[in-house]
Amino acid sequence: MTNQSKTDNKSSLDAVFQDRAILAEKRAAALKKRNRAEKRFQWAGRISIAFGIACVLFLFTDIISKGVGAFTQTYVEMEITFDQERLGLTPQSSEKEIKAASFGSFFKRQLREKYPEITGRKEKRELYALFTSDMPLILRDMVIADPSILGTTQSISMIADDDFDTYYKHSYGRDLAEEDKITRLSEMQEGIVDSLAKSGAVTKKFNTILFSNSDSREPELAGIKGAIVGSILTLLVTLVLSFPIAVATAIYLEEFAPKNKITDFIEVNINNLAAVPSVIFGLLGLAIFINFFGLPRSVPLVGGFVLTLMTLPTIIISSRAAIKAVPPSIREAALGMGASKMQTVLHHVLPLAMPGMLTGTIIGMAQALGETAPLLMIGMVAFIVDTPAGITDPATVLPVQIFLWSDSPERAFVEKTSAAIMVLLTFLICMNSFAVWLRKRLERRW
Amino acid sequence: MNQIIMNTAQQPLVDIVTETYQTSGLPLLEDPKMRVRNANVFYGAKQAIFDVNLDIGKNQVISMIGPSGCGKSTFLRCLNRMNDTIDICRVEGELLLEDQDIYDKKIDVVELRARVGMVFQKPNPFPKSIYENVAYGARIHGLTDNKVQLDELVEVSLIRCGLWNEVKDRLDEPATGLSGGQQQRLCIARAIAVNPEVILMDEPCSALDPIATATVEELIHELSENFTICIVTHSMQQAARVSQRTAYFHLGKLIEVNDTSQVFTNPEHQLTEEYITGRIG
Repeated sequence: MTNQSKTDNKSSLDAVFQDRAILAEKRAAALKKRNRAEKRFQWAGRISIAFGIACVLFLFTDIISKGVGAFTQTYVEMEITFDQERLGLTPQSSEKEIKAASFGSFFKRQLREKYPEITGRKEKRELYALFTSDMPLILRDMVIADPSILGTTQSISMIADDDFDTYYKHSYGRDLAEEDKITRLSEMQEGIVDSLAKSGAVTKKFNTILFSNSDSREPELAGIKGAIVGSILTLLVTLVLSFPIAVATAIYLEEFAPKNKITDFIEVNINNLAAVPSVIFGLLGLAIFINFFGLPRSVPLVGGFVLTLMTLPTIIISSRAAIKAVPPSIREAALGMGASKMQTVLHHVLPLAMPGMLTGTIIGMAQALGETAPLLMIGMVAFIVDTPAGITDPATVLPVQIFLWSDSPERAFVEKTSAAIMVLLTFLICMNSFAVWLRKRLERRW
Repeated sequence: MNQIIMNTAQQPLVDIVTETYQTSGLPLLEDPKMRVRNANVFYGAKQAIFDVNLDIGKNQVISMIGPSGCGKSTFLRCLNRMNDTIDICRVEGELLLEDQDIYDKKIDVVELRARVGMVFQKPNPFPKSIYENVAYGARIHGLTDNKVQLDELVEVSLIRCGLWNEVKDRLDEPATGLSGGQQQRLCIARAIAVNPEVILMDEPCSALDPIATATVEELIHELSENFTICIVTHSMQQAARVSQRTAYFHLGKLIEVNDTSQVFTNPEHQLTEEYITGRIG
């Protein structure tokens, strides 16, 4: 640019700047533009939030509408006569004798007598199939618990089979077209259910089985107790290992470690580990804990180890942030008083950083609670009917249970899947609210 | 700034090029509490303090004045090794506390800081109760044998700082609830509770209002009967009010040390004069 044009520009600028009216006009135009941009930005935010809320609402309505049915179970009230002769038992019979008695054929006979008109082999089988296959065992346990019921007639709430249950919940009493009916019952079975329902023998009760049983092949007998206990045991192992290790690591790195290349390298690696897909931790656990150290498969102990590896970076990072947030003046005050480094950390830094550390830990635990992939790798995906009694018993966890059930074709398992998701979400929301509450509660001002 | 100085004085004032220099006034004393010889302090490659020789007298208040960044705080923090917490900081020279080299490897810094206490610029009470703040030093150094003694120590320390009447009914309340001036006096009470020999104060009044400042200054005056006090201050009036001796620092060099009245009425060095008359700073 030549000198000449420079002066020209300058003088035209001067002309504009000397006229205050022009400046005011320019300011007004700029202000309008700014206000418009601000409005646009606000609306973008509002729309995003609305979209988010809509998604959450959709998710919740979908899950709740699908899963709410699993919280009730259909029962059939039926009179059963515990005939001593047929069972070959007396009230004085020992437990062993009761266990040896043939409750299966006894139960079938009772049903046949209720429906004398059913004669064909296939029809008879269909009749038995209306009730859960465990019914004879339940009757037997009743007799073991109280042998005096032998010889009496008892009104018993019998657990309906899942097909019965599904039909009764979704199709019974509704004027539905044939193709809309959700049922796998035969016409004869539907007739029995309809007549039972009309007589008032069919009731829906809160499904305690869901919370008192573990997994089962029979949907009406499947529950999440085993998975919940498995989750709790796994999380306990994770917490006991990851919290102390992560806090110790964070304190050492923040307060004691010299600032050099090695600590930088460690820091970068911790941050990277937080971003590693969790399934890889599962592979690592499989290779190290199971194949190398020979620990058993499918146990909460190994699950806890793997989840510890996964949550460590999360807790370390949040703990370091919490330690960093402690004002240096507090450290100086303690050091100036003649406190040693260790005392400064234990007496002053740690109490102030604790809320942040705990929050990070709970968030990490919530993450671990919802984790599925690494646990599949170490075999916690097995079908396990027993509730685990310890950390070395085979177990599964809630998200894996959801994964297993979501694979089952039965309508009742679809319901159970959603119900288990609701339970899992409840746990997660509780843990996260606890984290928020804890932070509010422990937060100190300085 | 250089420009202005040049214009008023008509000659370059700062003789920073020369490596060696002579501190004006009377930097050395007979039988001092602390003795500093040829102290050099480095932050990495950058030198912050150059060849400082200074004696700090027993039960005296010495104030360190000088423009921002002149190294007076750095020098103060060398006296109880608070600079140890800064990785890149390196201290050379001889710093003696009653003939004991405080940078000797055998000296435990915990022991040193119990003997040389510190009060900081911003009041920094622990976020604990008032009682716990004062009792903390005695607790970690194991100075008292029982709760009765500890209670007494807390009371005596607070009385000496004139805080007792204000806080005696709420010793269990958090110290962070006190006003700024009260917090600073609490920090002083906390420091004297372990009965140190020397108290270092790094601009103790710069975050306080004038009334709180006056209270703290009075306190410093009273404490000087029993403690040796080094105070860094930005206020020349404060230096004049509280201290017996004054040291003037300029760009890491100790330019002049003398009796306070001497420094403010009849400075020997030209830089000192420029500073106290308000032409540098």
